[in-house]
Amino acid sequence: MEYAVEMLNIRKEFTGIVANDDITLRLKRGEVHALLGENGAGKSTLMSILFGMYQADQGVIKVNGKEVRIANPNVANELGIGMVHQHFKLVEDFTVTENIIMGIEPRKWFGLGIDIQKASKKIEELSKRYGLNVDPHAKVEDISVGMQQRVEILKTLYRNADVLILDEPTAVLTPQEIDELGRIMKNLIAEGKSIIIITHKLKEIKSFADRCTVIRRGKTIGTVDVAPTSEADMAEMMVGRRVSFKVDKIASVPREVVLKVESLSVKNAKKVLGLKDFSIEVRAGEIVGIAGVEGNGQSDLIEAITGLRKVESGNIVLNGQDITGHSIRDRIESGIGHIPEDRQKRGLVLDYTLAENIVLEVYYREPYSRKGILQNSKIKQYANEILESYDVRSGEGASSVARSLSGGNQQKAIIGREIERDPILLIAVQPTRGLDVGSIEYIHKRLINHRDNGKAVLLVSLELQEIMNISDRIAVVNQGELIGVVQASETTENEIGLMMAGVKKEEGA
Amino acid sequence: MNNRIVVSLLAVVFGLLAGAVLMAVTGHDPITGYSYLFEGGLKNPERIGNTLATATPLIFSGLSVAFAFRTGLFNIGVAGQLLFGGFCASAVGLSLDLPKAILLILMLIAGFVGGALWAVVPGFLKAKFNVHEVVSSIMMNWIAYWTIYYAVPAYLKGEFLETESKPLPESASLKVSFLTDMFDGSYINLGLFVAVIAVIIVAFIINKTTFGYELKAVGNNRHAAEYAGIAVNRSIILSMAISGGIAGIGGVALYAGNASNIQIGILPSQGFDGIAVALLGANSPVGVLLSALFFGLLYSGRGFMNAMTEIPPEIADSIIAIIIYFAATSILIERLIRWFIRRKANAKSASEHEGKVK
Repeated sequence: MEYAVEMLNIRKEFTGIVANDDITLRLKRGEVHALLGENGAGKSTLMSILFGMYQADQGVIKVNGKEVRIANPNVANELGIGMVHQHFKLVEDFTVTENIIMGIEPRKWFGLGIDIQKASKKIEELSKRYGLNVDPHAKVEDISVGMQQRVEILKTLYRNADVLILDEPTAVLTPQEIDELGRIMKNLIAEGKSIIIITHKLKEIKSFADRCTVIRRGKTIGTVDVAPTSEADMAEMMVGRRVSFKVDKIASVPREVVLKVESLSVKNAKKVLGLKDFSIEVRAGEIVGIAGVEGNGQSDLIEAITGLRKVESGNIVLNGQDITGHSIRDRIESGIGHIPEDRQKRGLVLDYTLAENIVLEVYYREPYSRKGILQNSKIKQYANEILESYDVRSGEGASSVARSLSGGNQQKAIIGREIERDPILLIAVQPTRGLDVGSIEYIHKRLINHRDNGKAVLLVSLELQEIMNISDRIAVVNQGELIGVVQASETTENEIGLMMAGVKKEEGA
Repeated sequence: MNNRIVVSLLAVVFGLLAGAVLMAVTGHDPITGYSYLFEGGLKNPERIGNTLATATPLIFSGLSVAFAFRTGLFNIGVAGQLLFGGFCASAVGLSLDLPKAILLILMLIAGFVGGALWAVVPGFLKAKFNVHEVVSSIMMNWIAYWTIYYAVPAYLKGEFLETESKPLPESASLKVSFLTDMFDGSYINLGLFVAVIAVIIVAFIINKTTFGYELKAVGNNRHAAEYAGIAVNRSIILSMAISGGIAGIGGVALYAGNASNIQIGILPSQGFDGIAVALLGANSPVGVLLSALFFGLLYSGRGFMNAMTEIPPEIADSIIAIIIYFAATSILIERLIRWFIRRKANAKSASEHEGKVK
């Protein structure tokens, strides 16, 4: 009875892909167990099997030592297994309480009414007990992302879950919220819960997890105790080779100015100025990173440069040519490449095949089409080259529908598409969000390579580490204003952190 | 794609089965009923011709709906576009005195332009103000209805009746003697050939051209299309215009082919049947052609069934309704198929297990 959950020799096949091949995972009671693997290694599939969303083709699942068959998520709930999905499943204009009790509402008046008060009292108790600090009466749309995640955790606790599965819980959180989550997990463990955390961030495994099971390409590589294992060792287990965390790059040789943004003001989606009097230059042969807490004008800046958002005042100059009023296609033609923030909303037509997505910006040019007729063999050939050189894994190659790919592979396809067009200005917004270390290393190399080819790169990322490692210069934004620009080689994480909070360099010094 | 063919065929089979049950329940023999229904549509050259002619406007309206669907729009205003396109063509046919070949081409163009004009309005409203095209295109139906109600008596009035236009002269009719003779006096006409050409052109545009690629990209994901520099608003307006134009030519086939004048006070039901045709045809041009022919068969056979038996013609309508129901709930049929496959697989693995145990 030592194990809360055992998944033994699980195999799951989808058409064309063996997602899980003989995977074994044993979760001890009262531990935080990390499930580590590259994008598309089979982590999500395995957890979906445990949560009853898929059925394993082969293998055995035991809960508390007893063999079980988990036909659907309701069965999983009854067995005390709860899952917090990466993308939250909440109704925005319901309150926290209403969201949590959905499906199992406590009744009053002979089942005609919902006993909200009873529910919110229970939720308040749970929240206090685990230190979640959630207001049961707040509307979900009014609370922060970190808080929403805690609502999801409460949802599972309300259903008496003993085993919590957290799917990439830190992907959407700020550094402070991540620390907070760590504290919450400690509380949960102290109260006798067991946690499986799906992730590919090694740092977090080191600070949160007790043990770690690594899977690679659908197979178990091994389970290790986290404390004596180094990050590099885990990375090697995951990727199958030594991974360098230090980004090798030579000093930049900045040349002529490629992008010049002059006192730009842009209104955001809420119709207020999201970017105020913002100026910046990006030169050929350098990478400029934009650091800032999410929602401080980064998106408005990028959308204004790429033409997706109207400019209120100011100018955008590309290679000496004022492109402020130009159409999006003109900007693409004059050499802007854009790895968008939201790959599913902007980056891909999910119901198009990979081949069709690869030519999304060039389909009308020769040789991909001739006189308005698509040249499918040329398109496919071009797509296959990119998919191969960027290691995009999919069921049916270029003919796979984009929707069928894992998030990481979708991202790699977009990055391949943008870099292969060889733009003079490459804008990369969160290019490695949700990717594993192997892919991150590779993408960082490609970005630096692009710089070394004499092109300009503008990088936006919420990961300070990424900004510090890759950029040559770092511009910090706070509430739509430029706080300052510093040389990456001469700054510290602390200095940038202060600037991100709005402290100007002169004042801080 | 294959899956969708199976779903459509199953929908037809279920519809026919349900029709048989209906006939049996109301005390009629389904086999006699169906034999008369199909005989009525296929018995002799004249009836075959009439079936094809009945299907012709449905091909256009189905194609119109399917084209809009493929580009992410729901054109529910096909009836109004048919009507207005037909009206424009009738006006041209009644007021110009030209050789038949030239006049017919002008009428087809007028029909296309009229239908396109009627659909551009909802397209423009959608692109500029994000007005949902279902609402605005339905309203355009009634604007067409009342416009024709006023304009036909005012400008194209017939000699005897206030409620319909003058009959079109022979030179303005899609009927040609060689077809009429070949099908023993049926009202089949050149509209069928125009319809087949339209099917081929639409299939080509949607599947092979950069233009179709753009329209589909906008329909599937407006944001990604915008990101890629595709003119999103222009695409929406153009695809509504083309959808309406196809419907408008359908109006020519209806009023200058199957009929020989245009009546007031009727919103052509073919416009709404187009939705069903597109649904059963899985929004593919060839599928639309086949499903329109099938609907044409049911519509033209039901009169004969009614004349030869006691079975009311409403049974044929019910069959069509049931088929639409099954086509629309294709997800249910797909589930059924999956369930069957899984059961089969389970049975197989179970027997293998037994084998091992022994």
